[in-house]
Amino acid sequence: MKPLKLYAALALAFLHAPLLVLIAFSFNAGRFTVWEGFSLHWYQAAFADTQLAEGLINSLIIAIVAAPLSTVIGTLAAYGMWRRQAPVLAGTLYLSLVTPEIVTGVSLLALFQWLFRFLRLPLGLHTVIVAHVAFSIAYVAIVISARLRDYDRALEEAAMDLGASGWRAFTRVTLPVIAPAIAAAALLSLVVSFDDYVITSLVAGVDSETLPMVIYAMARRGVSPVVNAVSAFIVVAFGVLILISQRLQEK
Amino acid sequence: MNLRRLCLLPARVWTALFIAAPLAIVCAYSLLTRGDYGGVEQPWTLENFTRLADPLYLAILWRSLVIATLSTALCALLGFPLALFIARAGRHKNLLLQLLLLPFWTSFLVRTYAWLFILRDTGLINTILHTHLQLLYNDGAVLLGLVYNFLPFFVLPMYATLEKLDPALLEAAADLGAKPFATLWRVIIPISAPGIAAGSVLVFIPCLGAYLTPDLLGGGKTVMLGNLVQNQFTTARDWPFGSAASLLLMLASALLLAALMRSRAAKELM
Repeated sequence: MKPLKLYAALALAFLHAPLLVLIAFSFNAGRFTVWEGFSLHWYQAAFADTQLAEGLINSLIIAIVAAPLSTVIGTLAAYGMWRRQAPVLAGTLYLSLVTPEIVTGVSLLALFQWLFRFLRLPLGLHTVIVAHVAFSIAYVAIVISARLRDYDRALEEAAMDLGASGWRAFTRVTLPVIAPAIAAAALLSLVVSFDDYVITSLVAGVDSETLPMVIYAMARRGVSPVVNAVSAFIVVAFGVLILISQRLQEK
Repeated sequence: MNLRRLCLLPARVWTALFIAAPLAIVCAYSLLTRGDYGGVEQPWTLENFTRLADPLYLAILWRSLVIATLSTALCALLGFPLALFIARAGRHKNLLLQLLLLPFWTSFLVRTYAWLFILRDTGLINTILHTHLQLLYNDGAVLLGLVYNFLPFFVLPMYATLEKLDPALLEAAADLGAKPFATLWRVIIPISAPGIAAGSVLVFIPCLGAYLTPDLLGGGKTVMLGNLVQNQFTTARDWPFGSAASLLLMLASALLLAALMRSRAAKELM
């Protein structure tokens, strides 16, 4: 057992070390990978960077619109598929999970360009939002379906026997029970929306660069500990959101 | 309209418009001709698909297959012992699973950038070693990035099958005189075959369609299928050919996953 234990420790270290190194050097006073003392300089630089600020604002707008929308659509879909199957919808959602991100991205780009001929609607925040909702619905539906699987439908039937309409039984009996799962799904879709680079970069317009797009451009340009500072910030923020989401799913 | 249909309606409309329709457009484009200014024109043709058999593109296809296969093999090799340890860790199981997944939950872009930071010529490794090794922009860097990003995809299903492994079987093997290696080879691995199959497919699919990792860590040199698709839709502006490449990628992913869903692995893991 000893060598296996040592191996597992090394493997887990391999998974964590790169991120820890990244975070550590975001507090480095120097620009390069030599430790020159503790400093918050790069965080100040990150906060002062107008491109990053614009990217952050765009990402927040997108996530704040897309996450609730996909949560509502996905939750209703999961509820609709709970007792009776909806093979076409289930198949399409499955398809959206299987499709490589790059293909999802170019296919949406093709759609938007095609629509552009009729609607004169350029790429922008709205096209990103539409795309994010499209790929988040499946995630939401999975989380909610998992919760509904352990939910006793007798509760809803009892409500209806007592005279509640189907809608009333849903909102007053089922919804409170699955509320933690809905919150978990909302946080999850917030994170996937905030994180996406591949699809977003294809359907975003010139004036709708998101935070990951700005980070990508900076990483491409070369060494800047500012990227480390933003990354550290994202690592911590995502970690907290996901931990909350997991706690909610266990309820 | 009843309540159930009303609930399904928004998802049906949204997925039809923004998942099914875009893919249908890509299917149609793959059969059309590239226009003079980068648009899409008639006549209908199969030329985009036959062009995929061009030696230039076959090389990209082959490279994607090799990199995805190697990534999968490495994930299996590195992931199997880790899954075995977690499955037998007793009360620390949940903590270890959290530790496995925590880095996975941070941004994909940030995880890939971390390796850029470590490997580049003025990066951490070269600074520590006082060298100027070219660690980035080669197949090895891409492989490392893919294994790093997708290792949990292998460990999780592997763990799920190993957890169900009855310890009595291992004791029985030992009682009958099997050495640890024989137990591993003749008992543990055959029983955990569904986990190996599921984990392999779950790693292979995203690796085959990888775009960001080869783009950032492979530089311009390591072009994989995902990069080919992106390039055709942006720089090269050959949408019909890009569509054909997209369909190939999708078909491969969908077939592999369908095979997995029909196999013994799916029944045991779900």
